[in-house]
Amino acid sequence: MSEKTMEEKVEQATNSKNVSLPMSRVRLIMKSSPDVSCINQDALFLTTKATELFVQHLALSSYKNGSGKETNTLSYSDLANAAEETETFQFLTDILPKKILARDYLKSLEEMKKDDDSL
Amino acid sequence: MAERPEDLNLPNAVITRIIKEALPDGVNVSKEARKAISQAASIFVLYATSWLVARFVLYEKLYSGNLPKCNLCVDPSANNFAMKAKRKTLNAGDVMSAMEEMEFERFLQPLRQALEAYKKGQKGKKEASEQKRKEKKNITDENDKSRDEEEDEHMDDEQEGENEGEEEDVEN
Repeated sequence: MSEKTMEEKVEQATNSKNVSLPMSRVRLIMKSSPDVSCINQDALFLTTKATELFVQHLALSSYKNGSGKETNTLSYSDLANAAEETETFQFLTDILPKKILARDYLKSLEEMKKDDDSL
Repeated sequence: MAERPEDLNLPNAVITRIIKEALPDGVNVSKEARKAISQAASIFVLYATSWLVARFVLYEKLYSGNLPKCNLCVDPSANNFAMKAKRKTLNAGDVMSAMEEMEFERFLQPLRQALEAYKKGQKGKKEASEQKRKEKKNITDENDKSRDEEEDEHMDDEQEGENEGEEEDVEN
């Protein structure tokens, strides 16, 4: 009976210091990248932990810089703005594009075409 | 539910919790924002991984395989790079360097602390399971021993009871 308690204690301790994101899923994502063969367990833990820190950082930075403060809501546009304006989030610009109205997009397309024609 | 091999998304519930914990109390998060952050997290892993592999892939392409096989060629530096490139396992140091290169120096300190705690926890787990194994082995040994004694001697119940009592003391 005493050994069970010790095991539980150790598990509790490790869980509170470990990560919430599943390391197995993170490993899956890393393996999808070419040229990755073996990942040391510590490296996997660090990558998982870093991802958690990144999520916190992205959420908080976007909220602070965004207009969501008035509405007390973190919105997609806050994230898109952060991706464009913050250097460390630049790698996200492709997946977090700013949204524009369709008519504005069509307008800019037309203008681009005009420029091409005039050349 | 079978997982599609392309499911490189992280669990929504966990992502949501991490976001909520990072933001001030009472702040809402739109569904779209949550989904976007989840995708961003997956991209982050891929981006970090590409930084991790970039260095040895470069070495490999430059120095191994493309070298002409010539018995007369003695180029010690080329051998060294090829040998360095042979290290295929990504380790903790690589991840830390990658974070620096990605300009996430703010993560370095918390990562170091987390790694220390993790290593301690792993060590504790290992010791706990080893301890468990040892105790199991002791019990098995004791059981074997008592079985042998039963076979060898024709013991009456009293003596058996005594022996069992002794064994119990040993376990405790």
